[in-house]
Amino acid sequence: MTPFPFSAIVGQDEMKRAMILTAIDGSIGGVLVFGDRGTGKSTAVRALAALLPPIKAIKNCPVNSAKAAEVPGWANLKAKRVHETPTPVVDLPLGATEDRVTGALDIEKALTKGEKAFQPGLLAKANRGYLYIDEVNLLEDHIVDLLLDVAQSGENVVEREGLSIRHPARFVLVGSGNPEEGELRPQLLDRFGLSVEVTSPKEIDTRVEVIKRRDAFENDNAAFMLRWQAEDAAIRDRILKARKSLAKLKTPDKTLNDVAELCLALGSDGLRGELTLLKAARAYAAWRDDTALTRAHIRDVAPMALRHRLRRDPLDEAGSGTRVARRVEDVLG
Amino acid sequence: MDSGQQATLALQLLAIDPGLGGVTIRARSGPVRDALLRLVDPGAKRIHPAISDEALFGGLDLSATLTTGHLVAERGLLAAPGPMILAMAERAPVRLAAHLAVALDKGAGHTLVALDEGVEPDEAVDAKLTERLAFHIDLSDISLHEISTNPPGKAGQPPTLPMGGGFTPTQGRGLPSVAPELLTQITRIASDLGIDSLRAPLFALRAAKAHAILNDRDHITTEDIETACALTLAHRATRIPEPQPQEPEDPPPEQTENQNTEDTLDIPDELLLDAVRALLPDNLLDRLAAQKARQGRGNGTGAARKGNRRGRPLPSRQGRLSDGARIDIIGTLRAAAPWQTIRRNATGRDGLHIRPADFRIKRFEEKSDRLLIFTVDASGSAALTRLAEAKGAVELLLAQAYARRDHVALVAFRGTDAELLLPPTRSLVQTKRRLAGLPGGGGTPLAAGMVAAFEQATHATRRGLTPTIAILTDGRANIALDGTADRKQAAIDAQQIAKVLRAHGIDAIVIDTGNRPEPALRNLAQTLDAAYLPLPRADAHRLSQSVATALGD
Repeated sequence: MTPFPFSAIVGQDEMKRAMILTAIDGSIGGVLVFGDRGTGKSTAVRALAALLPPIKAIKNCPVNSAKAAEVPGWANLKAKRVHETPTPVVDLPLGATEDRVTGALDIEKALTKGEKAFQPGLLAKANRGYLYIDEVNLLEDHIVDLLLDVAQSGENVVEREGLSIRHPARFVLVGSGNPEEGELRPQLLDRFGLSVEVTSPKEIDTRVEVIKRRDAFENDNAAFMLRWQAEDAAIRDRILKARKSLAKLKTPDKTLNDVAELCLALGSDGLRGELTLLKAARAYAAWRDDTALTRAHIRDVAPMALRHRLRRDPLDEAGSGTRVARRVEDVLG
Repeated sequence: MDSGQQATLALQLLAIDPGLGGVTIRARSGPVRDALLRLVDPGAKRIHPAISDEALFGGLDLSATLTTGHLVAERGLLAAPGPMILAMAERAPVRLAAHLAVALDKGAGHTLVALDEGVEPDEAVDAKLTERLAFHIDLSDISLHEISTNPPGKAGQPPTLPMGGGFTPTQGRGLPSVAPELLTQITRIASDLGIDSLRAPLFALRAAKAHAILNDRDHITTEDIETACALTLAHRATRIPEPQPQEPEDPPPEQTENQNTEDTLDIPDELLLDAVRALLPDNLLDRLAAQKARQGRGNGTGAARKGNRRGRPLPSRQGRLSDGARIDIIGTLRAAAPWQTIRRNATGRDGLHIRPADFRIKRFEEKSDRLLIFTVDASGSAALTRLAEAKGAVELLLAQAYARRDHVALVAFRGTDAELLLPPTRSLVQTKRRLAGLPGGGGTPLAAGMVAAFEQATHATRRGLTPTIAILTDGRANIALDGTADRKQAAIDAQQIAKVLRAHGIDAIVIDTGNRPEPALRNLAQTLDAAYLPLPRADAHRLSQSVATALGD
């Protein structure tokens, strides 16, 4: 079934904004969506795939290389033609084994031909694209460790079963989960650039609209898709335009100062907070088609860039999002 | 409509529209359940909570591959869409629930009949799964003949329903039409019942359509909506809607009128709510409490922990034969098998070639040890009244804890702050001695005591223990967290810490040692989501019994 169109998702503006920002600048580093059941988390992530502009890659290359020279030797590709392909969005299922994730010995070749060959895994497939983990907080620890390492280095190293292979694995992590079912380790939290919390809409009208659209999507799929694919295309064009204007965007020193001051006031660990906030704010400014970065941009993206980087304060009952918002008020006025 | 008919109807609707996800059947094994299950497609695949990922998703069929010489993949159960029956669903681990939830979400035509054999209210199917199943049927008070009666709607329906094959949206004369007002109504009812998730109204809508198809109608009527809401929303309700004022003699004739004219555009919300309300279980509030209790709470034992020594077996993993690890021989042989040709060619030696990289290590899941943190009020007010009795009760509990191999820690609070008298230990003697030497007097810094207990609890969690905090106090907190004597602030502080404890999912139990039960303490227990026990007069034995029950022994 074709995924539900991104633009047809009712409300959930923060989640949609976060996803668009990562589409504009992949180096922001992914989105973590936390929220209750039935709030459209998975729907949004699957919709994102259809929204992403296509990439140019070598045909049949297992790691989606952009240039012929980058195709790994073990792939044994004869013809190296560039073609246009959708941005890969790879699902990492919860029960995936290490073999499946990192790639392993190609068993068929080993058994039938007695040949040692590498069968690439999900990390290879996700290179230059997105890696989506549903129920990320339930992921087994050893897979998490593996992901942390690869997400950090951008390279997957396979040293097992007599194979010794490394290939690029640069991907944007997208995770979703229900906080009631378990927490994420801070190390993994930190790898996500942005984090949003979604709740189900409270107004009746919004809820009715959700039901209506979903109903139309299921029953009158063709007409519904026709209507919303146009909107999706508009968003895609705007993303492409924003990508271009991102380079020309001016970043005044004053705003850099604001960013640093804000992170300092919040006491977020490391410098990743500052960098992500700056990148997200720039992407947001480009999305809004503004020419220079201002305080307003920072203010709008600060909660999603910083809320998961705070030290947990057991005595503060308000969510970390509120804490960020409070500090933003204090620092930026 | 009684529950027997409901059950049959739910299965029929599911057969018409697999998009409804499935049904949870809460019942013990017995003739009633068997009769109901006969209505499910006999081709349904049976799965059980301990099913392996390979069986679900497929994998390499090693023996076939080795004999034929080329790759033979085993098809997993999830490869082909169709109905599945999950037995003992209440014991399904999170991992399996997540897999099934993803499979149901993909909308590939899987349906799930989850058989919930839970006895206690807190034994139930994972919420992740029930969220994605449209129906919930409780068979506990149904007799056999109610199941075998003909279902409402079409008479003479074949007894076996081809689940998953009956209906596709594009086929035939299309779906029944829905008036937009009805959508609004379904949504409003769902939110009136306090259902947050938007899947619920969607399920209600689908069920209404399926019901219309079942009755050969091309549009949805009041009856469809009523039945659908009753079937899909009642069990999700988290609050009882306000009964709106209405004249008692009016509704019945009006209702029949509405149905006769099939005027779909004007159904009072009341009517629908009534239909749902009739099905709300009497013990809704108790069940809600149980549901809440289920989240992040154990059943008396510690939380699950993975190791490689003892407990229930988990899939084995590649690993090193280091201290204490146990090798999984079969797994190792499976890992080594594909390599035999290559290794023989490379070394020129015959026989089995096994390299360190082939080793597979057994892993087990065991329940972690429990830590009981006694947080004892040693303030003047408590000392005057019943400190001695509280001590007696703790000693009895200690004896039980010893028998269960629980760890024990002791925190006392008096004066202006709390003190950790005994870090977590299994030593009974030491605990007794410290407890006996506990002096009384001073103010009641309840919040400080709870903070100290919380610190111990978080330390314990990090070390793999599962903490439970037992607070013994008379509840008259009068020292705030900052050490000042401020009764009001002290109470607020205590409430705040209680919220934190609850947010961290730490089990607690509050024992009131006052002469009279203290309402403030009952509130505190509520905030903690903890059991509240007024200390029975002069009977340490009864106290320890009630504590043991509350802890779920």
